[in-house]
Amino acid sequence: MMQLTCPWCGLRDENEFVCGGTTHITRPELAASDASWGAYLFFRDNPKGVHLERWRHVYGCGQWFNLARHTVTHEVSAVYAMTDPPPGSA
Amino acid sequence: MTSRRLAAPAGTWIDRSHEVSFSFNGRQLYGFKGDTLASALLANGVRLVGRSFKLHRPRGIWSCGVEEPSALVDVGRGARRTPNVRATLLALEEGLVAESVNCWPSVRFDLGAVTGAFAALLPAGFYYKTFKWPNWHLFEPAIRRMAGLGRAPKQADADHYEEMSAQTEVLVVGGGLAGLAAAVAAARSGARTMLLAGGAHLGGALAWRADPEVAALSSAARQLGVQVRLHTLAFGIYDHNLVCACESLSSEGAADLPACVLRERLWKIRARTVIAATGAFEQPLLFPDNDRPGVMLAGAAHEYAQAYGVACGARAVVAANSDGAYEVAAALKDAGVEIVAIVDRREAGAANERHQGLRVISAAALTAVHGTRSVRGCTVAQLEDGRRERLNCDLILNSGGYAPAVHLHSQAGGKLRCLGESAMFVPDGVAPGLVSVGACAGVFARAAAVSHAAEVGSALARGGAPPPAPVGGAGRSAAITRLPDGRTRQFVDLQNDVTSADVMLAARENYRSVEHLKRYTTTGMGTDQGKTSNINALVLMGEYTGQAPAQVGTTRFRPPFAPVTLGVIAGRRVGALYRPLKRLPAHDWHVAHGALLETFGDWYRPAAYPLGAETLRAAAQREAHTVRKCAGLLDGSPLGKLEVFGPDAARFLDLMYVGTMSTLRIGQARYGLLLNENGTLVDDGIVARLSEQRYWVNTTTAGFDRTLAAFEEWLQCEFVDFKVVVTPVTSRWANITVAGPRAWEWLAKVGFEPALAPAAMAHMSLRESVWDGMPLRVLRASFSGELGYEVNLPAAEAETLLTRLWAHARELGAVLYGIEALQVLRVEKGYIHIGTDTDGTTLPADVGFARGIEKKAAPFVGRRSLSRPASRDPKRLQLVGLTPLDGRTLLPVGGQIAPKPPPALTEGHVTSSYLSPELGIPIALAMLSGGSQRIGEQVRVHHLGRSVAARVAKPPFVDPAGERVHG
Repeated sequence: MMQLTCPWCGLRDENEFVCGGTTHITRPELAASDASWGAYLFFRDNPKGVHLERWRHVYGCGQWFNLARHTVTHEVSAVYAMTDPPPGSA
Repeated sequence: MTSRRLAAPAGTWIDRSHEVSFSFNGRQLYGFKGDTLASALLANGVRLVGRSFKLHRPRGIWSCGVEEPSALVDVGRGARRTPNVRATLLALEEGLVAESVNCWPSVRFDLGAVTGAFAALLPAGFYYKTFKWPNWHLFEPAIRRMAGLGRAPKQADADHYEEMSAQTEVLVVGGGLAGLAAAVAAARSGARTMLLAGGAHLGGALAWRADPEVAALSSAARQLGVQVRLHTLAFGIYDHNLVCACESLSSEGAADLPACVLRERLWKIRARTVIAATGAFEQPLLFPDNDRPGVMLAGAAHEYAQAYGVACGARAVVAANSDGAYEVAAALKDAGVEIVAIVDRREAGAANERHQGLRVISAAALTAVHGTRSVRGCTVAQLEDGRRERLNCDLILNSGGYAPAVHLHSQAGGKLRCLGESAMFVPDGVAPGLVSVGACAGVFARAAAVSHAAEVGSALARGGAPPPAPVGGAGRSAAITRLPDGRTRQFVDLQNDVTSADVMLAARENYRSVEHLKRYTTTGMGTDQGKTSNINALVLMGEYTGQAPAQVGTTRFRPPFAPVTLGVIAGRRVGALYRPLKRLPAHDWHVAHGALLETFGDWYRPAAYPLGAETLRAAAQREAHTVRKCAGLLDGSPLGKLEVFGPDAARFLDLMYVGTMSTLRIGQARYGLLLNENGTLVDDGIVARLSEQRYWVNTTTAGFDRTLAAFEEWLQCEFVDFKVVVTPVTSRWANITVAGPRAWEWLAKVGFEPALAPAAMAHMSLRESVWDGMPLRVLRASFSGELGYEVNLPAAEAETLLTRLWAHARELGAVLYGIEALQVLRVEKGYIHIGTDTDGTTLPADVGFARGIEKKAAPFVGRRSLSRPASRDPKRLQLVGLTPLDGRTLLPVGGQIAPKPPPALTEGHVTSSYLSPELGIPIALAMLSGGSQRIGEQVRVHHLGRSVAARVAKPPFVDPAGERVHG
C-alpha cells in the first residue's frame, strides 16, 4: 500500500484515496469525430515510467489532485493541483 | 519404533516436569511443555504423519520450522478446527487434538495411495492434458476431493482477530544474531527501532544453544527501548515500505481456551527503512525415494536433539555435499545417535579429516532408500565406478547447503545474484528501502555477520549508506547435481509431488522460463512455497536445458512468506461489521409497527408489513392494492438528497442531466437521467428548483454515492471555472411518502396547509412549508402512479409525522407499505429502476427517452456517445413489457428471451417481474432487441430448463394516460 501526499491533508495511506486514471486528457467538443471521441473514451498510454494521474482523497477532504508517479517504483515525483500544468512544462 | 526421547538434560525448550497429553489421529500420546507437535510425535516414535498431495505417498517430518512441506495437520475441533497447520511450529498444549491431512480412511492405510501405483500416468501437466473433454468442470469436483489438503471447518470462526498500525524509523525483521546486532546498533544511534521475531525466542538458529552473545544483545535491545515483538512473523513487504506481520496471540488446539479468544493480530508497520535478517534454509539433496518418512533435513535433526531432546532415529546416514553436515553428525553422535556414515558427494577434503571418528564415504551418493512407510536402509554408490554398498539405517539426514531467505529482499524489488560455487542466490546490493544482513544476505561467517549487521544498523539509523555485505562463510559445497533418472522417483517438491522427471518433462516440452516451469509442474506452489525445493528445481532445469543456475534465475518471490489466515486479514471486518448497514431515522417505529426488515443495498429497511401469518408476497399485494384504492405510507428516507447551489448551479445541472434544469421555474421539478461519458445510465432522479441559485436533487438510494462522486469529479476536474457547491444532505432529511387517491385527504387531517393541496400545487412541483413548527420540503411526485407527496422533514422528526399520520390510517383504510409493494407499483407503471432494469450498456433511448434528448439544446455529459453508430442501432435492447400468454405464470427475472431454448443466441432478458394486483395477472419488464417495434409479438422466455410463452406489451400496464397522479 502506497502513501500519497494530499495537497490539503498531507501524507496518508493509499486506501484513503481513489485513483481516477490518467490526467490532462482534453475533452473533445460535441462535434468531434467518432474516432477522436473513441480515443478520448477508451485509449490510454500505459507507460513504464512516470505517469501523470489524478487521485481523489475520498476518505479525507474529498479533493481531486494530480500526481506524477513512477509505475515501476511507485516513486511520486510531483503533487500538483488539478488546474496546474504538468510538471516540467513551461 | 525408531525415533525417541533422549535422556535429560537434552532439550533446551522442554520442561520434563510438566507432562502434556494430546491426541494424534485418535491416539492418546504424551509430550512435555515446550514441545512442538512435531517433536512430541517424534518423541513418541511417530514418524508417519501424513500423505502427499497428489500421489498420497507416506510422508514424515522433514524440517523443524516454517519451511515444513510435509508435516501438515488439522488441529482442533468444531469451529476451532484449523486446517494445514505445520506440526513443526505448533506448540503442544494440554488436550490438543490433531489429525493427518490428505488421507482416507487412515494415514497408514490410505485408499488414495492407489494413485501412487498409477504414478507414471500422473506426470506434470496431466490435468491439463487429460481432463479437457468435454470440459474440466466435469472432473473438477472429484479431483478436488482427491487432491485437497486439510478440511476447513463449516462453522463460523468463533475467535477474534485484530489489526494494529505502527510506524518506526528502523524495522528489523528477524530476531537472530544479525537482527539483534542491527537493532541494537540502530537504537544506539538514536533511531526508533522495532524488531520482529517469528518464534517464541530471540536468537534464531542459536536460540536453543544458550549463546552468551545472543543473551547480551537481547538485554541490550530491551535496555535501549527496541520494541521487540515475538511470535510475530513478517510475511510481506508492500509499496512504500509497508511491512505486514502476523502476531500469534493464543495457541491453536489448546483444549481449555475460553469460548472466544483473540487469536492473531495483523501488524501493518510503516518503516522508514527495513533491515531483513531472516536467515537461510537448509536445502536437501535429491536421491531416489528421498521423501520417505525418516529422510529429513540434517539441521532439523540437530535441533530436535538439542532443543527438544528427541532423537529422530537410532542409526543415521548423512547425505551431504557441504561442510555443515559434519558438525551436525558430530553433535548427533554426542547425543547418542549412531552415525552409520556420511555420504559426501564431494571428493575427500579437509572437513572429513576433522571428524575422524565418523565413517565418511566420499564421492558417493544415495541411489536407493529401502522401506516403504519408514526408512529401513539405503544403498550408496560410488559416483566414479558405480560400486554399491547397502547400509542399514532408520534415519537419513539430508544436507545440501543453504539458501538465503531472500524473500523480503525480492518482494521489495531487490535483484539477486547467483554464487556459482554454492548454487546460492544472494541479494545483489540492497533493495529499495530494505537492506539484508546475516545469512539472508549470504553472510555466514558469524563475526562478519555481527559486525556487518551492526554497521548497517547504525548507518541506516543516521540516514547513511549501508556498507556492502561480506558474502561468504557457508563452507565449501558442491553444486547439487542430479543422479541419472531411474525408475524410482526423486522428489523435488515434497508437498506437490513434483519429481525430477516432471522437471525433465517440462524441459522436453520446451518450457524455458522458470516461471513457466513453476506453473506447469506446480513446483513451489504449495503452502511451503518451495522453501526447500525451488533451488533444486531451477538447478535441475538448468541441467536439462544446458544453462547455469544464474541463467535460469529464480521465480519472483511474492507475499505472503508463509501462510496467513483469512481471519487475520479480515480482522474485525466480519459479521455485522463486515458491511455496517444504515437504518432509517424512525427504525424503531417501523419495527413496532410490524415491519419485515430486509437488506436493500446499504440499508436495512421494511420490505413489507405482513399481517399475522401473511407472506411477504401476499403482504406486498395487499399493500400495493391499498395504495391504488386508498392510500399508503412509505418511509423513503434513504432516497439520496443533494443541494446544489451557486451562480452556475443551473448550467451545471444542465450538463449533468438529460433533462433541462435551467428552464425550471422556482418550485418546479423535473425528472433527470444521469449518464456517464459512454452515454450509459448511471442514475436517475428528480431535480427541483428551490431558488434562482439553489436546487434540490433527489438521487436513487443506491446511486447517491456515485452521483455525488460524479458531480465532484466533473466540478473539480473538468468544469473547474463553475461556481457551484454540492452538499450531501441525505441524512439530514427524512422522506415520508404518502401515495394513493386519498393521500391529500390524509395529509390534510394532520394539518398540512391548503397551499399544498393538489388543486394548489401541481404534480412535479416542490413547496417549502412549515408543519407543527418544523420546516418541510414537500415534493409532489410519484413512483407509484398515484397522487403522491414526498414529505421531506428533519430526520429526527420522522417519527412524529409517522405517528400523527398513522393515527388516521384506520379511519381511512390506509396502510404502511414497503419496498416490495413499491416495486409492484412501479412495474405496473413501467417505471425503470436503475441497475435492475438497466445495466452498463443501457442508453436513454433504450428506455424511451429519445425524444427528450432531441429536444434538449444544451450539451450534457455523455451526449456525444449517443450519436455513435452503435448507439443508433435499431436492434439495441429496448425496454418493453411482457405478460405470460397463459395469464398465470410469473415470468422469471433473468430469464432469457429466445426462439429456442439455450444454447441459442438470446434476444433479451426479463428484468423485473411481479403479480399485478390491479390486473390480476403477472407482468414483467424486459430488455428486448428492437423491442419498441415488437409490441404484440409472441416470444418465449427460457429459464433453468423451463420455457414460458409471453406477449410483448407496451408499458405502462396501469393507467397508460397517467391521469391518476393528479388525484
